[in-house]
Amino acid sequence: MNGNIIELSDLTKKYGSFTAVDKLNLSIRRGEIFGLLGPNGAGKSTTILMMLGLTEPSSGTVNVCGLDPSRNPIDVKRKVGYLPEDVGFYENRTGLENLIFTAQLNSIPEKEAAIKSEQLLTEVGLKDAIHKRTGKYSRGMLQRLGLAEVLIKDPEVIILDEPTLGIDPKGVREFLDLIVNLSHQEGITVLFSSHDLHQVQKVCDRVGLFVHGKLLAQGDLQSLSREILSKNPYHIEAGFHFNAAISDSEEIKKMSLILAESINNIYGVISIETLKDSFKIECSRDASADIAKIIVQSGTNLSFLSRKEYGLDDIYYRYFEGGADHV
Amino acid sequence: MVWMTFITVILREVQIMYSNLEQNNEIGIAPKTEKNSFLTFMSGIFGSSKEDRTVHPFRVLVNKEISDHVRSWRFIILILIISLTCLGSLYTALSNIGIASKANSPEGSFFFLKLFTISDGSMPSFIVFISFLGPLLGISLGFDAVNSEHNRGTLSRVLSQPIPRDYLLNAKFLAALSVISRIFFVLGFLFVGFGLIIIGIPPTPQEFLRIIFFILLSIIYVGFWLNLSIFFSVQFRQPATSALAGIAVWLFFSVFYEIIVNLVAKAINPGVLAPESKIISAQSIILGLLRLMPNQLFSDATTTLLMPTVRTLGPLSMEQIYGTVPGPLPLGQSLMLVWAQVTGLIAASIVCFVLSYIPFMRREIRSR
Repeated sequence: MNGNIIELSDLTKKYGSFTAVDKLNLSIRRGEIFGLLGPNGAGKSTTILMMLGLTEPSSGTVNVCGLDPSRNPIDVKRKVGYLPEDVGFYENRTGLENLIFTAQLNSIPEKEAAIKSEQLLTEVGLKDAIHKRTGKYSRGMLQRLGLAEVLIKDPEVIILDEPTLGIDPKGVREFLDLIVNLSHQEGITVLFSSHDLHQVQKVCDRVGLFVHGKLLAQGDLQSLSREILSKNPYHIEAGFHFNAAISDSEEIKKMSLILAESINNIYGVISIETLKDSFKIECSRDASADIAKIIVQSGTNLSFLSRKEYGLDDIYYRYFEGGADHV
Repeated sequence: MVWMTFITVILREVQIMYSNLEQNNEIGIAPKTEKNSFLTFMSGIFGSSKEDRTVHPFRVLVNKEISDHVRSWRFIILILIISLTCLGSLYTALSNIGIASKANSPEGSFFFLKLFTISDGSMPSFIVFISFLGPLLGISLGFDAVNSEHNRGTLSRVLSQPIPRDYLLNAKFLAALSVISRIFFVLGFLFVGFGLIIIGIPPTPQEFLRIIFFILLSIIYVGFWLNLSIFFSVQFRQPATSALAGIAVWLFFSVFYEIIVNLVAKAINPGVLAPESKIISAQSIILGLLRLMPNQLFSDATTTLLMPTVRTLGPLSMEQIYGTVPGPLPLGQSLMLVWAQVTGLIAASIVCFVLSYIPFMRREIRSR
C-alpha cells in the first residue's frame, strides 16, 4: 500500500469506439487533497465512477483503501464518501430528514443518526435551514448538505465531483475552506475534481492535469508548473515598421516575408507567424537577442520586442484548447 | 392443499431474505430468539421501537418509499377514485341483490359473494372495477420508480451509500406492493363490512376465505402491472414516457387485444357443421390467445373464486357434463382451477422484474 489510499493502474474505459479514460495511472496518498483538473468531458467523472464501482472499467485495475471497487463495491462505499456532480435531494423532505435517511443507509442507529446529522448540519453552516425542505435550498446550500452527507459515514476518503459548480464566488470560498479544514482536522483524504484552476490551486496539495482521458502531468503545483514550463517554448513578439519610403503594400508583404524567413532560420525558432506589423515567434530557447539583431540588420525599424512569460493559467488554457497534442 | 403450498413458499422466501439480511448485518435487526422470522421481518419493516437501534438499510429504503407514496397527491387521487367506484358498485350490488338471488339456485348458499359480482348493467360490479382500475393503480405507483430518482439526482447519491444496488429496486417494488396490499385489504373488508351491515347476513367461513383469496389474487394482479411499470421506469429516462408506455400496454390489453382475438376467431372458425374435434381445437386456440392477456387471467380466476358454481374455464364436452350434480365447488377445488391463472400472473410479474433487474444492475450510474 505504501501510504497510497487510491491506486489506479492502466485504467481504461471505453464507450464503443470512444475512449473516455485512457490507460490512467494515478496514486493518491493518504491524507492529502488531490485536485483532478481538466476540461469538461476529460473523463474525470468517469474515473470517479470507476473508483466507486458505479461503472465497470474496460481494463486496468482500481484499488481504493486496499479494495477493488468492482468486486467489493459495498466495502468501498463504506469508506468513501462521494458527492456527485449536481447532487439532488428528496425535495419534499427537510435537510435533516434527508441526512438522517443517508445515515440510516449507513447503518447508523436512529437516535445517533439524528444527533450526528444535526451536528454536521451546524458544522457546514446550515443550522437555520435544518427543518426547511430541500426543495427550497439554494445551490450552495445543497452542496453544503451534500458535504454533510458525505461526512456522516466518517469516511476515509471523500470524492467531490465538481463541487463548486454553480455556486457564487463567496460561497465557493467558504465551501473550499470547509473542505480544507475538514481534511486537516480529521485527516481525510480528499479527491476533488474541477475545471477551475484557481480553486484547485487554492486548496489542493497535489494536482493531476487531465485531458482527453489521459493524465498529462501530476505533482504539487510548483513542480507541475516547472515541469510544464520546461517543455513549453518561449513566446516572443517582435513589432516592426518599414521606412516611410516603402509604402506599397505589396512590397511590404514581400519584405516582411523575407524577414520572416531569415528569422525562421535562427537556431531554436520553431514557428513564426507574420502579422501586419509584428511577428509572433515560438522558440525552444531564448532567441530574442538574435531576432532583434536580424530585424535591425535588415534595415527595418524594430518598434518593440517582448518575451511572454506563461503562468500555469496560460498553460492550462493551452491544454484546454489543444488537448493532448501538446504532450 | 395448493394454497397451503403457496403460502409456505412465500414464507420460505421471506425466511431466506431475512437470513440474508442478517448475514449482511453484524449488529442484527431484531432479537434472534424470536422464532417466527416472518413476523419479525414484517414488524421490522413496519414497526418502530423506542430504544436506539440500527434499522436495516433495506427497511430504511422501504419505509421511505412507503411514506413517499402515502404523502403524494397521486396516491390520494387514486384512492379517491377507487373508493368512489367501490361505493358505486356496492350501491348497485345492494340494490340488485334482492332480485338476483333466487330461492332455490345452487348459489343460494353463496349469497354474500354476490355482492362482489352482480350488477344491473348501469354500473359494473366490484370485480370488473378492480380488473379495470387495478392496472392503473399498479402503473401509477411504479412508472417513475427509477427514472425520477435519476432525474432528481438522488440515484447516484443513494447508490454511493454502502448498500447493494438491488436494494433500491427491491425496496421500490416491496413498498408499492405493501401499499397496494393494504389498500385492497382495507377496501375489501370495508366492502364486506358495509354489506354485512346493510343486508344483515354474515358471510360463511368459506365465503370469507374466498374473499380473502380474491383480495390476494387482486394484489398479485396489480403486482404484475407494478412490475411492468417499474420495468418501463428503468428503460425510459422520462417518467412521462414510461407512464405512457404502461398505459399503452394497459389499453392494448383491455381494448384492442380482444378485437384482435375476435378477428382471429372469425378467421379460424370451422363453422357449425364441422366435426366436434375441430370446433374444440379452434376454441382452445382462442382461449389460449385470450389467456396471454393478464386481464383475462384475472377475470377467469376471480370468477372462479367468487362464483363457486363455475367448474371449468374451458369447453366441456357432453360426456363430462353428463352425470354431474349441479352444485358449487368446494374452495380447494376452485383454487385448483385457478392455480394455472395465478401461476401465469406470477410468472409474468417475475419476467418483468427480471427484465428491469438485469439492466439496472449493470447500468452506469451517472448523476443526472
